[in-house]
Parts: sequence; C-alpha cells; structure tokens
Amino acid sequence: MGQITLEKVTKSFGDVEVIPPLDLTIEDGEFCVFVGPSGCGKSTLLRLIAGLEDISSGAIKIDGSDASDVPPAKRGLAMVFQSYALYPHMSVRKNIAFPMKMAGVSQDEQNRRIESAAKALNLTDYLERRPGQLSGGQRQRVAIGRAIVREPAAFLFDEPLSNLDAALRVGMRLEISELHERLKTTMIYVTHDQVEAMTMADKIVVLRAGNIEQVGSPLDLYKHPRNLFVAGFIGSPKMNLIEGEAAARHDAKTIGIRPEHIEVTEAGEWQGRVGVAEHLGSDTFLHVHDTGLTDILTVRSTGEMGLRHGDCVSLSPRHDQIHRFDASGLRMA
Amino acid sequence: MARAVSNQRKAINTAVAWIIALLIFFPILWTILTSFKTEAEAIADPPSFLFFNWTLDNYTTVQARSDYFGHFWNSVVISVGSTILGLIIAIPSAWAMAFVPGKQTKNVLMWMLSTKMLPPVGVLVPIYLIFRDVGLLDTRFGLVIVLMLINLPIIIWMLYSYFREIPGEILEAARMDGAGLRSEILYVLTPMAVPGIASTLLLNIILAWNEAFWTLTLTAANSAPLTAFIASYSSPEGLFYAKLSAASTMAIAPILIMGWFSQKQLVRGLTFGAVK
Repeated sequence: MGQITLEKVTKSFGDVEVIPPLDLTIEDGEFCVFVGPSGCGKSTLLRLIAGLEDISSGAIKIDGSDASDVPPAKRGLAMVFQSYALYPHMSVRKNIAFPMKMAGVSQDEQNRRIESAAKALNLTDYLERRPGQLSGGQRQRVAIGRAIVREPAAFLFDEPLSNLDAALRVGMRLEISELHERLKTTMIYVTHDQVEAMTMADKIVVLRAGNIEQVGSPLDLYKHPRNLFVAGFIGSPKMNLIEGEAAARHDAKTIGIRPEHIEVTEAGEWQGRVGVAEHLGSDTFLHVHDTGLTDILTVRSTGEMGLRHGDCVSLSPRHDQIHRFDASGLRMA
Repeated sequence: MARAVSNQRKAINTAVAWIIALLIFFPILWTILTSFKTEAEAIADPPSFLFFNWTLDNYTTVQARSDYFGHFWNSVVISVGSTILGLIIAIPSAWAMAFVPGKQTKNVLMWMLSTKMLPPVGVLVPIYLIFRDVGLLDTRFGLVIVLMLINLPIIIWMLYSYFREIPGEILEAARMDGAGLRSEILYVLTPMAVPGIASTLLLNIILAWNEAFWTLTLTAANSAPLTAFIASYSSPEGLFYAKLSAASTMAIAPILIMGWFSQKQLVRGLTFGAVK
C-alpha cells in the first residue's frame, strides 16, 4: 500500500514561504509526476514527503496515518537522487544491500533480493565493482536497485535522469515505466522535463512558485490546460499564444494553438515568412515570422516539408483546437 | 588555459625551492651531525661540517643516563591517546556543524579557533591547580586530556572542512535507507572521510608529540615524554651540545620518519577544500 495525502502542507525557510498551503492525494500504485520550472518547489515538496525537510504546518499521511513527524528512515519510502548518491566506498552489492542491512533482513534474503534486482536491472556482472567504475546509466540503475530491495510503500525520484545523456535518458525512462508496470508501487517523480512528465505519468502535478497550477492526466493537461502557464508549459514545441485582434475574434484576451494544430495550406487564414526551418525527418518545425499575430509562430508538420528560410507560407489553424483564455489567464469554456 | 612556463623559469623555481628547503632543514641536519661529534668538536670554532671524528658515544651515554624507551612510550601514549580521544569527540561535532549547521555554528567555530590565540601560559595556573587537586599531575591520562583539549579546535576544523566536501545527498540517501544517526556516521560518513580523518590523525599526533609547554610543566618522573627527555640535557651545570643533539635526534627521529612516509596524506589533508 502506498497512498500519500498532503493536507494543508506548508513550508517556509525563515520568512520566505516556498510552499503555500497545499492539498494533494497520490493514490496507491499511481505514477505521479511533479513538473514545473526551476525553483517552483517541486523538489522541496518531494523532500517534505521523504521527511528530509520538516513541514512548517499541515500534515503528511502515508496510508492514512500521520507521518509528519516520522523520521525519513521510518516512513517506508525509497528515494532515488539526481546525483545517484551511491556510497562510493561500497561495492554495488553492498550499496544495494545497505537498506536491508539497516532493516535487519537476513543474509539469505538479502542475497536473494540482490540477485533478483541485479538481474532485473542488468547489473549482475557489476556487483563487485565500486560506483566509481560504472557509467552514469549503470550508477542510476544501482540507485534504483537500492530502492527496489527495500520493497517500499512508494518510490520517490528526484530528477533521476537529468545527469544522463539524451539517448540514455530515453532508455532509462522506459525502464522506470516498465518497473512501475511490474511493481505497481506508488511512484512520485520530480522533473522539469515535460516530455518525461507526459510519457511516464498517470497523473501530472504542475507547480509554479509552490502552488499547484493543475492536476490531471497527461492528455487532460494537454487538451484542457487550466490556465496560460499550464498551456505554455505542457507540450513540445510550446503552444502558440496569440493576443490582440485574432484573439478578440474568439471573444478572448488570449488564444492558444498548438504547433501541431496549424496546417500549411494553399490559401490559409494566416500568411507569413519562414524564419528557421528544423527538418527532423519525421517532422518539420517551422518558425514563421511576419504573421502579424505574434513574434514567431511555431508550426509542426508531419513528414518532411521542402520549405526553406525566407519562403512565404500560408497557414490554417484548426478552429476546434483553439484554446481561449480570459484577462486573468484562466481557461474559458 | 594553462600558462606556459619556460624551462629557464622552471629551473630557477626548482633552485629557489631547494634553497628554501635546505635552509629549513639545515638546523635539523646540524643537530644530527652534532650528535655524532665529541663535546669538544661540537663547540669548535670554526665548526667542522663533515670532517670530524664520527662517534656514537653520545647515543650510548644518553641511553645509559636516561630511560629513552620509557620517555618514548610516554610520548606515544600521550600523542596517540590525545588524538584518538579528540577524534571520538570531534567526528560527531564536525558532523553536526557541517551537515546541520545552526545560526551560531560559524561563531562557535571562530570561538574555538580563538582559543588557539590565547597564550597557554594564561591558563597555566588554573589548569595546574585543577590537575593538582584532582591528582592528574604527572600522569599520562592528565596529559592526554590537556593535549586533547588544546588540539581539539584544530581537529574539529580539519574534519569540518573535510566533511563539508562530502555531498549531503549521500547522507540523506543513508537516512532514506533506514540508517539512524549512529549508522549514518559509522557506516557512511566515517569510511568516506577516511583520508581526511587519517591526515587529521597524523597532523595531531605530530602536534601532540612536539608539544613542550604543557608536557614540561605538568610532568615529572612518571609521565615525562620525549620533550622532557630533551630538556633534561639542558642542565644548570652547562649545555652539553653533543649529548643534547643526540637526545634531540632520538626524540624527533620517530615522528620525522612517520611524517616522511605520510607526507602525501598530510599535504592532501592540509590543502583539502582549497580547490574543488
């Protein structure tokens, strides 16, 4: 079991309140991602749940019982850190065994769990090595192995992939998702990368300045962003936000249209000139200038488009995909 | 970008370094050479550098006249004992200051350092009276206590700067893995800080070994270490330079040899934290 409930949790450092009163429930078995820009309080929130920071007020409940004053060692949670935080003086085997040694697990059981975790994480050949002799990806696997063997109520991941190169990151993303499918244990995952959030989460919590901006499934956030911040943050490339006359025609202060919902057509509604064209093979990203709507309009077209810098284009937005926002930045029905 | 250093410049630097090193080492060399001279040659004018009648008489006389090994053992017990006791107190203290600093941590550290600025003679009378009343005068245990207290600020400072280099996340990981405070310090922090602890240990053994003020004032026959052994050769009947030099050489030899073999560790310990 691993249901985690935050009730009116706040955190202040001196006079600075970094987490204003916040309520959130993470269901048992859920993969919940905290996402937001740097300094939004997502890591602080995770550390509050872990018990590495004390909450200033409110309550944190794990499976219904108040854990606010329980030390981290006794909360039954496992954490994977951004820097891996492996014990450099211990072999991989001893690193993985450490939480079990602390819990007083028998030697036979320790060996059994180590072998099983090492097999699942492709670490069998590296058990006798020190962390310094491993690559970044292997180190992160050891950190995950160390978390798995505890059989925790929930896993906490603090930006675990940000020290890895792009190719490894994709691989590890899949591994963590598969791990979740297999273990069905609650996972809370902190990242600033919205692609990680979208691909891994059952539930995304978008944070800004310690406030929850929106909670929902990835597609819910993509399709129905509650405000301009979420609209701009979720989705890659970013949603185009347009003000002025074009917005006024939709009775809104701001309208948003995602790059993939603008088509390059023969005689479209909007005209402009291609600035930078990014050819990815599978997709083409066009950054279009001089549309009279916004400085640069981003357009995503499937497949290769033979457009170059300076070419004139005609664009048609899909009207059923236009998001409308009022003067306070909130979504309009 | 690395600066280009010409070969000529390198040669000059090396020569200057050698000259400074020889200047520093010269008094020790002179003491060692004098210890092999007769008393007459030791005070000869002009002095002879290498061409004299080499003799081991001073060493046999010194060993016959006083109990070198008794003093040596006292030095070992006092310096090692005070350092280990100091480490036992300093490791948890430095842990607290490095990883859970309070508002006054900096001030406490500065205050500890400031005690090193106080001339020891300033606290001589109270410490002497306390030692007399509790019966610690001329005991090895008494010297272990006093040298531990004197070197504790340095031990804590050295460990503190070492611990500060250890990523806090590793200790947090230990906490998440179920380690209590004792396990965290014992299984994670201490093994990771072994190089720092080792250099602190070495430096403090050297400091305690060479400490003369307290060892001379608080000891008599029973617990006198090698510093008192050397001092005993400066007698009211006059100075016997050759025998004094032999005693000095015998007193500094063990610590010099230890320092020689551990110099890499010592330098690393003293410069740790200067560059990341």
